[in-house]
Amino acid sequence: MSETTQRSMGWSRREIARNIARDIPDGSVVNLGIGMPELVASCIPPDREVLFHTENGLLGMGPPPQPGEADPELINAGKQPVTAIPGAAYFHHADSFAMVRGGHIDICVLGAMQVSERGDLANWSMGEGDAAPAVGGAMDLVAGVRTIFIAMTHCASDGTPKIVERCTYPLTGAAVVSRIYTDLAILEVRAGELGVVELAPGVDFATLQRQTQAKLVMPRVPRTA
Amino acid sequence: MIDKRFDLAAAVADVKDGATVLVGGFGAAGSPIELLHALFDQGAKRLTIVSNNTGSGNVGLAALIKHGRVAKAICSFPRTANSTVFQDKYRAGEIELELVPQGTLAERLRAGGAGIPAFYTATGAGTRLAEGKETRRFGDREFVLEYGLRADFALIKCRRADRLGNLVYNKTARNFAPIMAIAAATTIVQTESYVEAGEIDPEVVVTPGVFVDRIVTIPNAAQESTLVAAGASYP
Repeated sequence: MSETTQRSMGWSRREIARNIARDIPDGSVVNLGIGMPELVASCIPPDREVLFHTENGLLGMGPPPQPGEADPELINAGKQPVTAIPGAAYFHHADSFAMVRGGHIDICVLGAMQVSERGDLANWSMGEGDAAPAVGGAMDLVAGVRTIFIAMTHCASDGTPKIVERCTYPLTGAAVVSRIYTDLAILEVRAGELGVVELAPGVDFATLQRQTQAKLVMPRVPRTA
Repeated sequence: MIDKRFDLAAAVADVKDGATVLVGGFGAAGSPIELLHALFDQGAKRLTIVSNNTGSGNVGLAALIKHGRVAKAICSFPRTANSTVFQDKYRAGEIELELVPQGTLAERLRAGGAGIPAFYTATGAGTRLAEGKETRRFGDREFVLEYGLRADFALIKCRRADRLGNLVYNKTARNFAPIMAIAAATTIVQTESYVEAGEIDPEVVVTPGVFVDRIVTIPNAAQESTLVAAGASYP
């Protein structure tokens, strides 16, 4: 199924990943979360060198292996087989999280269940009492990585806005998000407000605001697609 | 003369009921399957297990959990796509969970192994996982007090080991093993190959032998991911 034909308006998952990749400068060290963020790796413009960190102990993560060449002892944080690029390094978990918690990773791209207008992130628990909660490295990443980008659909599958005044799900971190990249827009968390950086094709400000619970601010000169 | 080589069964013979055991591995990578199965056969119960995940399929750590041998899990991500063993026990109220952010888990092991009783971290500040914990402000940020973690045993896997216990690992199978080795009173290693002292370049030793107590040579060790893909079940 083609990703570009799923929606009549807005960006596809691949285009969201491309929008994020466009904002990752040459020379960055980047950690990608599981799911849509993983698509960013293949969207980096060829004239930029970006190093990918995976918290299970690899800096210089490469693309998935060719069929038949997967190594069960070379995986990413999502437990999928990966490769190591020339110049890669392996290290143990304390070193890996010293990179994360010590501010040595430039950008982290994560998915989200909710983001608040002040940049609070909820992406680890629905707060239900039944299933055992699992947090992984998300709280370490948002606490330690300098710039947090969120890649997600603008609304939940039932249409509920995910960009809210206050998160109702348990927080992963408070005031940690820099930018939100969705199928409808690119938003930036600034001091006290949520600014629209760019609207997706076919999306106007009023439509975007209707699908966003938090109040949005349109800049005077928005970037156009 | 120092010689840390053990037979598989003898290596885990003194793990007592109620022991705290660190188990290396991230997902299936680095999971010390043969040591875990030896521990299963040995019979110890009411174990507290410290591991990033809670096993996959019905082998290794998942087998211990499935058969009621684990009373408590200290871990960051007790979920895998291919196993409901932990979730079933948790839902039934038959296993306790202490959920720890992954980096905090790593640092608690590193600190414990280095003789540091506690430390402050920004991870988890302002979240549910900091509730009930001491916090302190340094500069303009809030930090959470977390405690170093030590254990009775560590079960880990490596690629090469020598008589003195110097270790080298394989790719991302290294993960928690080096920091578990330092945090356990008794560190038990299964190695893919055994080499003579001096064959590992001192410049590339990852875990110095002082952190290692017992070495079991298991060539062609089973990969947890391969066992799970084949639908294997232990015992």
